[in-house]
Amino acid sequence: MSAVTKEQVQERVVEALASFGPDAADIAPESTFEELDIDSLDLVELAQIVEDEYGVVLKGEDMKELKTVGEAVDLITERAN
Amino acid sequence: MADKRRAVITGIGAVTPLGVGARYLHERWARGISGVSVRDGQAGGYCDAYDPAEHLSVKEARRLDRFAQFAVIAADEAIGDAGWSDGSPYDPMRVGLVMATGIGGFTTVQANLDVMREKGPTRISPLGIPMYMPNAAAAAVSMRHGIQGQSFAVASACASSGHAIGLAARMIQYGDADAVIAGGAEATLTDFGFGSFNTMSALSKVGISCPFDARRDGFIMGEGAGVLVLEEYELALARGATIIGEVAGYGSTSDAHHLTAPEPTGRPAAQAIKLALADAGLTPGEVSYVNAHGTSTELNDAAETVALKLALGKDAYRIPVSSTKSATGHLLGAAGAIEAVATVQALNARVVPPTLNYEVPDPELDLDYVPNNARELVVVGDGAPAAISNSFAFGGHNVSLVIRGRG
Repeated sequence: MSAVTKEQVQERVVEALASFGPDAADIAPESTFEELDIDSLDLVELAQIVEDEYGVVLKGEDMKELKTVGEAVDLITERAN
Repeated sequence: MADKRRAVITGIGAVTPLGVGARYLHERWARGISGVSVRDGQAGGYCDAYDPAEHLSVKEARRLDRFAQFAVIAADEAIGDAGWSDGSPYDPMRVGLVMATGIGGFTTVQANLDVMREKGPTRISPLGIPMYMPNAAAAAVSMRHGIQGQSFAVASACASSGHAIGLAARMIQYGDADAVIAGGAEATLTDFGFGSFNTMSALSKVGISCPFDARRDGFIMGEGAGVLVLEEYELALARGATIIGEVAGYGSTSDAHHLTAPEPTGRPAAQAIKLALADAGLTPGEVSYVNAHGTSTELNDAAETVALKLALGKDAYRIPVSSTKSATGHLLGAAGAIEAVATVQALNARVVPPTLNYEVPDPELDLDYVPNNARELVVVGDGAPAAISNSFAFGGHNVSLVIRGRG
């Protein structure tokens, strides 16, 4: 599998989060999930999407540590490569 | 002993195949308009006028199954109608909620089963359970309106929301709550839903909802929700609420006979009607209207006719009887709620809406079914006009409500 860039992951994560409710324009790397009103159930769904897309398995304890969109993108990118 | 606390109706809301908004239910039904249409060869009472985007944010719509969406929209309307738009006039812990459903989040169950078969159980949505649990609508309305008294769902198939309204009135009468949001919601118009009811031969093959007509051959499934705001009478008066009616009586029995067929003597169903009348302190001579369960199945309409005669005696022949389901189809767990709404509307408009599609009389069914044309309500008895609203269910659950309108 070819390397996945951070930009590609960022784009996919924003697309997924926007489908959960917040406007895509409001989703920045420094946005916290709390301010985007993204809760633990949404994050499980995000993890399912990420696993399908990149084969990256994010467990509950991984998700708990994540506070911002940027942190999620970094973790996914790192694991995907 | 002090007089019983009374549960008055101060707000109504409905999403039905006749439109989004309670007013369409009465206005269109009374004008003889049917909400039944055919989609993909399947007749149903589809809520075509409902567009989630007009009522809910992306996040709200994504987290609510269609049945819970209907409940939320109908509850918003009822709560606004009660004048609670700026918040409940009561201590939130003194406000209860009973939101019935026959089945729950069918659409979400089906979608997640498809996902599981395709991708495995790890891909089932984490929002699955919270969306398809039968209490999802109750939870959604409680959270949206900050209702912190007791709240729950009840399930008794097609009698579900009759039970919800009866229990809500009891909560107020007993003193457990000062106000209760009560209703029911259903959304089962999927291939799985149609298939399930079709194989049990419950649905009409000719695709017409024609209650009490000799041609009746099954019901037409419908979807939607109905909600009422009930308040304790003295408190409603004190806050200057507009009182539009009252849940004056509640009676409920069980057939203990068959999973789907009604008990043929009609005695348990008749007893529910008698209990409701006794609870309201009324006699059959004081009943101005019956909103029938009237499903358009061969057995229900015959058994209900027998039950009405047993419970009401000679008055059964005087009282106009009509079926909302002739205009909306059968909303299953939401039926009792939209029919309670339609009943109080009929009483207050002093208009009896008709049983539509009534063309061929059945010699065995000889009550006044108000065929095809609305007529003026003839009010009998003293005070506010009174009506009976029946709900009978698969499983043999019988509920009868006595509803009074404005005096």
